[in-house]
Amino acid sequence: MNHFAGLDVGSLSTEAVVIDARDRLLGWSIIDTGAHSTEAARAALDLALARAGLGPDRIDLIVATGYGRVSVPFAGKQITEISCHAAGAHHLFPDTGTVIDIGGQDSKVIRLDQAGKVVDFCMNDKCAAGTGRFLEVMAAKLQVPLAELGRLSLSAREEVQISSVCTVFAESEVVSLVARNRPKDEIIRGLHRAIVNRVYNLVQMVGLHGQVTMTGGVAKNQGVVALLAEKLGQPVRVSDEPQIVGALGAALLARRRG
Amino acid sequence: MLAPARYWFMKDLGAPLLMGLKELTRRRKPARPDTDFGPPLRSSARLKEIMTRHYYLARFAPGARPVAWVSSGAPVELLRAFDFYTVYPENHGALCGARRLGPRIAGEAEERGYSQDLCSYARIDLGHFFSGQTPVGRLPRPELLFCSNNICQTVLYWYKELAHYLGVPLLLFDTPFNYIGLTGPDLAYMTRQLEDMIPDLERISGRRFNPAKFSRVLNLARETAAAWGRVLATLTHRPAPMTIFDAFAHLAPIVSLRGLPVARDYYLLLLEELEERVRSGIGGLKQERKRLMWDNIAVWFKWRDWARLFAQRGYSLVAATYTNAWAETIDNLDPDRPFESLARAYSLIILNHNLKHRLELMTRMARDFEVDGLVIHSAKSCKPYSVGQYDIKRLLRDRLDLPSVVVEADITDSRVFSEEQAQARLEAFFETLEGRGPGGNEEAP
Repeated sequence: MNHFAGLDVGSLSTEAVVIDARDRLLGWSIIDTGAHSTEAARAALDLALARAGLGPDRIDLIVATGYGRVSVPFAGKQITEISCHAAGAHHLFPDTGTVIDIGGQDSKVIRLDQAGKVVDFCMNDKCAAGTGRFLEVMAAKLQVPLAELGRLSLSAREEVQISSVCTVFAESEVVSLVARNRPKDEIIRGLHRAIVNRVYNLVQMVGLHGQVTMTGGVAKNQGVVALLAEKLGQPVRVSDEPQIVGALGAALLARRRG
Repeated sequence: MLAPARYWFMKDLGAPLLMGLKELTRRRKPARPDTDFGPPLRSSARLKEIMTRHYYLARFAPGARPVAWVSSGAPVELLRAFDFYTVYPENHGALCGARRLGPRIAGEAEERGYSQDLCSYARIDLGHFFSGQTPVGRLPRPELLFCSNNICQTVLYWYKELAHYLGVPLLLFDTPFNYIGLTGPDLAYMTRQLEDMIPDLERISGRRFNPAKFSRVLNLARETAAAWGRVLATLTHRPAPMTIFDAFAHLAPIVSLRGLPVARDYYLLLLEELEERVRSGIGGLKQERKRLMWDNIAVWFKWRDWARLFAQRGYSLVAATYTNAWAETIDNLDPDRPFESLARAYSLIILNHNLKHRLELMTRMARDFEVDGLVIHSAKSCKPYSVGQYDIKRLLRDRLDLPSVVVEADITDSRVFSEEQAQARLEAFFETLEGRGPGGNEEAP
């Protein structure tokens, strides 16, 4: 016993993290959520447990987070992404004052105090503009693998202006830019700029505070991270696997409670 | 002569009789299963009676009394001096919203070309006008439309549309926005407008202006607002004897029946009950764990759900800028300076006032009511109320260390509301509240 698990069931992907009583990361997994969040949660947990070399009976407490947190019947507790991303980011970078999380269909900015407690937060409005889903649609339209977006964006020498972060409108903008033979890397950089400008508004609402840590799947995109750091005028820290920070936070909160 | 006779018969005998019969035949609802609430307020029965009768009698008013449709921030006291029967489209909109009819009735206006970006009270009112749909049976056609742009600019264009379709006069009370404070020339300009309305009101109502009656109405309105203020002040006690979710319902008479004895008497009755509850330590919730403040109009279609959601956690909403608005300035009315005090009272209301005023007001309320957090409703319909909320949020956080959450919703249009996202924000806020203080954790019960 003395092991704890966190599950982050998001709109696009589900992550699981297993830790021990000393907060050491033993195993983790990332899988597509697909159409069944309960099944995805179960599969992600099984995979993380297998990687940790543990059986399911070795877990003391599971905390579920993310939009699908209510559909994890085997979780002992549900906690929102705000608290979990805060806990995860604070654990990885203890001097974090501002967490920027861009996930599959929402983005949020969280302000932390020195102890890592949430002081304030702000989330994007109802539409999923400027989130992971936005990049996914654009990557498909440009026939570029999602993982390639960051590299291409950094190599662009110029950038086009994308006026909309609405996924539907931006997609038609991209279509017309492609039709005018604008290079893909310049379009991608423009798309990243649009995302950064949007998340910057959220940062302004909460107020930039201390060191910045970025979490969530979009933090894997170095193009977005670089533009964000430029816009904020300060470094943006990203952990080795930013996509599991929410699940890690959930596991840490499970351990504190277990 | 038939209409007046019918109206007075219904008012004094018919309506009470019919309502009594309906009450007798009504199937009793099972006792409230929500164990998180305190005992229900006895006064609520009287409230229901008053508002049902108000809407029921409205249909008999034409021909017996002049009828006006009035905006929530208009100085209705002036109309009362001419014996107008007043109907409040905003109150009607709230009623439609609480019954979850907003999208359907507003849709009637949208089908006729009114944008979904317009205020949903306006769309419901126009939708009602076009289709006749309403949960209150029937609204009487007005002979006068009376509005003030102290609450928003939309209201003028909305009432202009009504005036166009109905072919009836529209009186506007134009209130310059208070950027820094009320200036002498602005006050003179507004006072003059009210005085100039007298001949129009005499012509439309067919009644002579009676200064003595006007004075009585002003006194009544002032007493009503003062009683409402005292009702709200009982919520400073721990536990608060009711919550703001209750106050959202009890607001109806001061909005719609201000300046009439029935409203004042109602609030004195409610006040008596609340004071009794304070003395006996009875709260609106069984257990009051945290005290919260609300900003903006209610989300009418989530009213009951959220009352329950907050109650489950022992979170008592004890203050709101919205319910406070009718206690804040109306008690400035002064029968010795009737027109000037009316202008002053109605131009100083929160929505016609600068952001600094709002910040100071909310700071004061947060302290007086000893709140632990703030729930900010960003209403798609109501831009004047929703603008500046992020600044207020940040300033109150820095000034009072007050945590807050912004929930995007609407007053009645549930189509622009995302249940999932609102829930996520509220729950994250609850966790923040629970995590505060030494040894706090993110867990909400």
